[in-house]
Amino acid sequence: MSRLRNFIDKIKPNFEKGGRFAKLHSTFDAFETFAYTPKTVTASGSHIRDAVDLKRTMIVVVMALVPALLFGMWNVGFQHFRTLDPSLSPAQNLWGNFWYGFLKVLPIIIVSYVTGLAIEFTFAQIRGHEVNEGFLATGLLIPLVLPVTIPLWQVAVATAFAVIIGKEAFGGTGMNFVNPALLARAFLFFAYPSSMSGNSVWVSEPADALTGATPLSSVTTGQCSASLADMFWGFVPGSIGETCVPAILLGALLLLVTGVASWRIMAAVLAGAIGTSLMFNAIGGSPMAELPFYYHLVMGGFAFGCVFMATDPVTAAQTNIGKWIYGFLIGFLVILIRVKNSAYPEGMMLAILLMNVFAPLIDYIVVWFNIRKRIRRAAIK
Amino acid sequence: MPELIKIRKGLDISIVGAAEKIVVRQETLGSCALKPTDFVGLTPRLIVAEGDSVQAGTPLFCDKADEQILFTSPVSGTITAITRGERRAIMEVVVTPDGSNDYVDFGSADPLSLTREQIVAKLLQSGAWPYLRQRPFGTVANPAQPPKAIVISGFDTAPLAPDYDLLLHGRGEDFQAGLDAISRLTDGPTYLCLNPKMNLSGVFRNSKNVEIKHFTGKHPAGNVGTQINRLCPINKGETVWFANPQDVATIGHLFNTGRYFPEKIVAFCGQSVKTPRYYRVLAGFDIASVAESQVADPNARFISGNVLTGSNIGRGGHLGFYDNMVTVIPEGDDYEFMGWLAPGLKKFSFSHTFLSGILNTLNIKKEYEVNTNIHGGQRALVQTGKFEQVFPFDIYPMQLLKACIIGDIEQMEALGIYEVEPEDFALCEFIDVSKTDMQQIIRNALETLRKEC
Repeated sequence: MSRLRNFIDKIKPNFEKGGRFAKLHSTFDAFETFAYTPKTVTASGSHIRDAVDLKRTMIVVVMALVPALLFGMWNVGFQHFRTLDPSLSPAQNLWGNFWYGFLKVLPIIIVSYVTGLAIEFTFAQIRGHEVNEGFLATGLLIPLVLPVTIPLWQVAVATAFAVIIGKEAFGGTGMNFVNPALLARAFLFFAYPSSMSGNSVWVSEPADALTGATPLSSVTTGQCSASLADMFWGFVPGSIGETCVPAILLGALLLLVTGVASWRIMAAVLAGAIGTSLMFNAIGGSPMAELPFYYHLVMGGFAFGCVFMATDPVTAAQTNIGKWIYGFLIGFLVILIRVKNSAYPEGMMLAILLMNVFAPLIDYIVVWFNIRKRIRRAAIK
Repeated sequence: MPELIKIRKGLDISIVGAAEKIVVRQETLGSCALKPTDFVGLTPRLIVAEGDSVQAGTPLFCDKADEQILFTSPVSGTITAITRGERRAIMEVVVTPDGSNDYVDFGSADPLSLTREQIVAKLLQSGAWPYLRQRPFGTVANPAQPPKAIVISGFDTAPLAPDYDLLLHGRGEDFQAGLDAISRLTDGPTYLCLNPKMNLSGVFRNSKNVEIKHFTGKHPAGNVGTQINRLCPINKGETVWFANPQDVATIGHLFNTGRYFPEKIVAFCGQSVKTPRYYRVLAGFDIASVAESQVADPNARFISGNVLTGSNIGRGGHLGFYDNMVTVIPEGDDYEFMGWLAPGLKKFSFSHTFLSGILNTLNIKKEYEVNTNIHGGQRALVQTGKFEQVFPFDIYPMQLLKACIIGDIEQMEALGIYEVEPEDFALCEFIDVSKTDMQQIIRNALETLRKEC
């Protein structure tokens, strides 16, 4: 190990100010701190600091995404081969399915990371900051919320748009007000709708063009196309990472045990969605309105959005009470969109983006109550 | 039974190197120093010059803004050095003891028979006044503005904190006299905050002329800021005073004997100390003599105070005016390979991304080794909801911090800046994944406000 350290120390001066590659300082620093925790010591305030840092936190998010990613790769293959042989059961051709999906998904991941990190490194260099680890998670979230048939150049354009307009324009990770991964998806949805919606985009190279409808869109036309069990286990077409509820729950478990994501938000989103769908059950009037709540929870992007997107700490509400309100309203909006907007029933993305925009307002109101309490206390005296 | 207030938020950081309950009298008495930098916002005016001989209680410097606030020598001897720092600011006034016991006699008196003015005058004259500090701002108390309350915390919950029962052992009379004197300074209540599990000594339990309140819970339950927030939160324009129990006993000793004698017991602890123990020393003592025999590590950090809020004084430094412990820990200035990847049983973390954090939540206690490495790099604030878990105030810490960073005075006041001091943010600063220097941010904000008023 000390040989690696010696090598780094040897080439380091080239990347310092005045060195030959000074313009790559941020990039070098990102890789150096990845290999070695820096030797910086405390200069002011508390002399000791917690062992945790943002790298560790973001790595946990990436690890939490791995089950959904692996399943997604397998499912891409499964959906493809099933159009060739409708009798294919999930237990058959395990590695064949996975390998097919792996080769389809890997390029999307690479494009997302390379585009995003190149932009992040450039901005860090211009600002003279260290590279923020936020994109480690975003770079994997973007592929997981896209259909597998997405053209790679569109992935690059959407990633660039999300990172530059959604994040760097506001000052980088921590300053953005909408979730960059969802912004990438929304960008593609509105800029290139033919790549993002309809029945033909969800299955890679299908044998016929008719079999690819997601269960969610099938409900609006009358009958749900998949069984509850299939939707729970994820044997259905959909975005790469969003179909398998158990894989997402594994990730959720890791995020909750490590405390990286807020349990309040997850619980509130669930409560909001369940409450709203029960309300629509009582009103009735359309197949979507009459759908039992547990269907909603396993369909479309709900589980994935609830666990990985709504809980992004930067774009969610930041106060604890605010998180309850924010989450509940996301759950409410998802079901509202699904029931009332049959043209585009996948409401999770829009519901979260909308609440991202309102999160600061929610916090403002919550904090205002605290301020008012202080003013009243002073007035009594 | 006094009212019990439970502090439910907070974090106990248990680290290696707690002091054994043995008090050693330091035989070779080195120099003593009084450091103007220990007092927030103080601009000193020197009264003595190098080479002058002084008695215990002779003024060394005073506060330029209020010249009746005197800072006096803890011991009789000679002024051997007046160290200056940047822009000729006075850093230290060093007195080398001459071995005699000369002191200025301020006259003994029963504080209960004196008026408030007489008590104030005696404290100012003797140099014991600066032991009283005020919130907001953490400055030496302003004698002209009586506080709405005085709060004394009888226990400390900080990492490796000394046992206050031991510090005050045998000083019951002095402590009571000190309480008698201090409680006359306010028309409001004087609170003595005790922990029913830690304060078993009669010195605390039998205190009179004060309101005793019980607090339990994790750190910062023992911080006076937490206690003030529960007992008498500070509104704009109000002040609350506070003092350390040992210093209260020094004040009491002044009234009982007429002599300013700031002897105190100090914990000398931390991972780099061979045998962590308590030492009986004078205020501002030179830690070099203890360090020489106790600390072998050449790359250690000497902290006057605890690891969360103390100041780095170096191997040859002098104890801070308000401190009752010295913590010595190794510097952490080396690289660690893939440091973010380890499972994390050996490194302490509040975060559950480390096994140690999970053990801590499960209440499985273990003493951890620590060093001064910041374990990461500075980032924008990303994580939310964590600070609230260790910040037992009815205040939104991140929102207040952001108001301080952008310098929005109105917003700071609205969010409760007058109720906090940098030390209240020490735990937030410790657990922060973004490694923000919060105590500095809060101090800068408070200094801006103090100069505005």
